[in-house]
Amino acid sequence: MKAQIRKIIVQVDEVHIEMGKAIVPPTCRALAMAVIHNPLAGSYTENLDVLIAIGEELGGLLGDKCVKALGIAPGDAQSYGKAAIVGEAGEIEHAAAILHPKLGAPLRVAVEKGAALVPSSKKCGTLGTAIDVPLGHKDAAFVRSHFDAMEARVSDAPRANEIVVAVVVTASGRPLARVGGLQAHEAKGIDGLR
Amino acid sequence: MIDIRRIFTHVEFIVHEFGPPPAKALLRGAIGIVMTNPYAGRYEPDILPMMDALGAVGVDMAERLRAAMDIPVEAIQGYGKGAIVGANGELEHGALWHVPGGYAMRELLGWKGDRNAYVKGSTTQAVAPSGTSSSQTANALSIVPSTKKVGAPGTTLDVPMTHINASYVRSHFDAIEVRVPGAPLADEIVFILAMSTGARIHARVGGLAANAISKWDGLR
Repeated sequence: MKAQIRKIIVQVDEVHIEMGKAIVPPTCRALAMAVIHNPLAGSYTENLDVLIAIGEELGGLLGDKCVKALGIAPGDAQSYGKAAIVGEAGEIEHAAAILHPKLGAPLRVAVEKGAALVPSSKKCGTLGTAIDVPLGHKDAAFVRSHFDAMEARVSDAPRANEIVVAVVVTASGRPLARVGGLQAHEAKGIDGLR
Repeated sequence: MIDIRRIFTHVEFIVHEFGPPPAKALLRGAIGIVMTNPYAGRYEPDILPMMDALGAVGVDMAERLRAAMDIPVEAIQGYGKGAIVGANGELEHGALWHVPGGYAMRELLGWKGDRNAYVKGSTTQAVAPSGTSSSQTANALSIVPSTKKVGAPGTTLDVPMTHINASYVRSHFDAIEVRVPGAPLADEIVFILAMSTGARIHARVGGLAANAISKWDGLR
């Protein structure tokens, strides 16, 4: 079953100045969200395959939207993250089914490579609930400058029988990263960690 | 005076809203620029220099929003504007956006009026070649609806939207919620423009229809 999508929202957040300092080039983060019908809302269902398939579909769709909104080549994506907000008639495991089994592979195609785990968060919520999508470097999770988060929120979703699925892709780390740790240019990007 | 800190764009494709999916998804978008408020923390009697300085900012924002929506100018049917002033500013600083925010979208959409008269407030309408005309003379004839508030970082603003050529077109009365996470800080202002490609999904409450605009006076 294909995802029944009510709306898709794409946001881009560019930071040009932080704490009075010019950021050149500006940091740039893109968030793409899909508001979908939850086909399993309302009762307990043992098998979650239908949501797993939706996750696979949305990983590519939302990843591509982010990369396009950033105006970059896929390989220039630097960090990513994912999250879901399940409406009241669903359960938290529905978010897990969308996010964890199959969303990652097509997202990694959209950003080229992606050796690192895709950081994630999930919650149950209602219309206008905000979720902070955690971000990490796509090829090396320990790159400290790229630990970040972007807030995702849809004013009129999720309704009780809906799920908001969010993917974030960035073209940068934090604007004034200076807390040390592994640097992006030092990362090998083979084991997904360093 | 113009110190832009962040540029935030928001685009939404509304595929359906109950009922059957419409033939074409509705596209709505908003852009918020986060800038330093040069008058924060004090009472400044003369704030008009800022209004002049915002003119070019608005035109650039309108084009950025159109580009983010990835549509031709001709596809834009609705518009609105707004401002959120950080805690160290006053509401009147947000009012600086009325002229440059409105002018920005008129410029993009092909308004044919007199900019100087518009800035002076002596006209808000396009100038028809002679007398009243029954045919369309220009675009962006309607006043750009607006709202503003003083708020904390992450405050939401419901930006009203109406049809670009006739304010009374009922199908195009709409609002888009705009919110920039983390902004405005106390010494900042978020200036906002919003645009849409059509009527509310499944608009069906009667009134003046877009294809029945006849006076081309910005209202009907």
